[in-house]
Amino acid sequence: MLERIYRAQRSIDAACKKLGRQINVMEVCGTHTVSIFRNGIRPTLPKGLKLLSGPGCPVCVTDQSYIDIVLQLADRDDCLIATYGDMIRVPGKEGSLETKSTRANVKVVLSSEGALQLAKDNPDKTVVFVGVGFETTAPATAVAVKEAAAGSVENFCVLSGHKLVVPAMRALLSEKNHNIDAFLCPGHVSVIIGYQAFKEIVEDFGRPCVVAGFEPLQIIQGLGEICQQLSNGKAELKSIYTAVVTEQGNTSAQKIIAECFDEADGYWRGLGKIEKSTLKLKDKYSQFDAFGRFDMTETPGEEINGCRCGEVLCGLIEPPECGLFEESCTPRTPVGPCMVSSEGTCSAWFKYGRKKRRE
Amino acid sequence: MCLAIPARIVELDGDRGVVDAMGNRFKAKTTLLPEARLGDLVLVHAGFAISLVDEEEAKETWQLLAEIAEFNQTTDKVSG
Repeated sequence: MLERIYRAQRSIDAACKKLGRQINVMEVCGTHTVSIFRNGIRPTLPKGLKLLSGPGCPVCVTDQSYIDIVLQLADRDDCLIATYGDMIRVPGKEGSLETKSTRANVKVVLSSEGALQLAKDNPDKTVVFVGVGFETTAPATAVAVKEAAAGSVENFCVLSGHKLVVPAMRALLSEKNHNIDAFLCPGHVSVIIGYQAFKEIVEDFGRPCVVAGFEPLQIIQGLGEICQQLSNGKAELKSIYTAVVTEQGNTSAQKIIAECFDEADGYWRGLGKIEKSTLKLKDKYSQFDAFGRFDMTETPGEEINGCRCGEVLCGLIEPPECGLFEESCTPRTPVGPCMVSSEGTCSAWFKYGRKKRRE
Repeated sequence: MCLAIPARIVELDGDRGVVDAMGNRFKAKTTLLPEARLGDLVLVHAGFAISLVDEEEAKETWQLLAEIAEFNQTTDKVSG
């Protein structure tokens, strides 16, 4: 194992020397972000290699206006809100789901199935499933919608905030002032979409895309592979997470996403409106669409005063550059979503990020 | 949020299964992985099996998860 680490480090050092400038590699998965910090990978990297934490935490990229819609629905007596635990502490204009949960109409579920069961158990309430997440959670939502349709569970609906990773990567690279040299691509999203999904990033933007797993060795090897490509002036598509990621991905999951959802333009925190980057329920499932049922529309959210989560998510600043970081914004008193979520960049920086680099 | 957990299918009725991960048992569906069979090791995400996984990979991930749990406990103690 040590030999593999040394080999990767040699590639990284060689690339830093050869390019003679700072190399910026962005990871777009919250689990990668946390693993990188927790395993102390950052301090082992040379100064010339900078890791940027991109829009990979589903809670963090969710637009403020979506959060406010969830909170509005949580105020209704005729609704039960079913949500993954990650969303519960995200602050909106007025409180969070956690503060609303004292009214007992906010329920944490572990899967979309749990939300559907809640609807079956509470026929006098409308259960709104807070459908957030990337391609990993979207198929689970789709299964629940199909089952609700098949079983005529009319009091179940989904507020789809599902997002697609590749359009966000395209949006980042389309910004004039971006500084991204390569992507460390998400492991479990790739289980679903297959590593071929990143081909367009490599071909259209000339950026290396390497899929890696979450263990420290995988991440270090992924960075080594990226650096080797950059040294050689190449941009290639590669997966080193061969244990579970295939070229085509999970086609059953892709099929069920396509059956239930249409790609739609949508809002991301920090990135604004991105073309065809979100998943909206198809017209044939409109009765399960919470946006339609409650006549709600997402509008570009007002950011929380002073919060720079948007810039953090685009890799433009590091958390300590935000005036709120460590001051009014801490994991115990989070102001922005990147501090709320355990996978958020600010939370990871707060917990593990204050270490010196290797010279 | 996108971390999937390796687990073994210990009960399976249609697409409704019970899986075991490090001694913890919970429900998981195989709707997204129709090829999954009783006894298979699978990656489970948000209550659904999304991929088959081999023994070695599963062991490495379980080890990682155990370390995370241990580490989180330590930091919880330190911070509060």
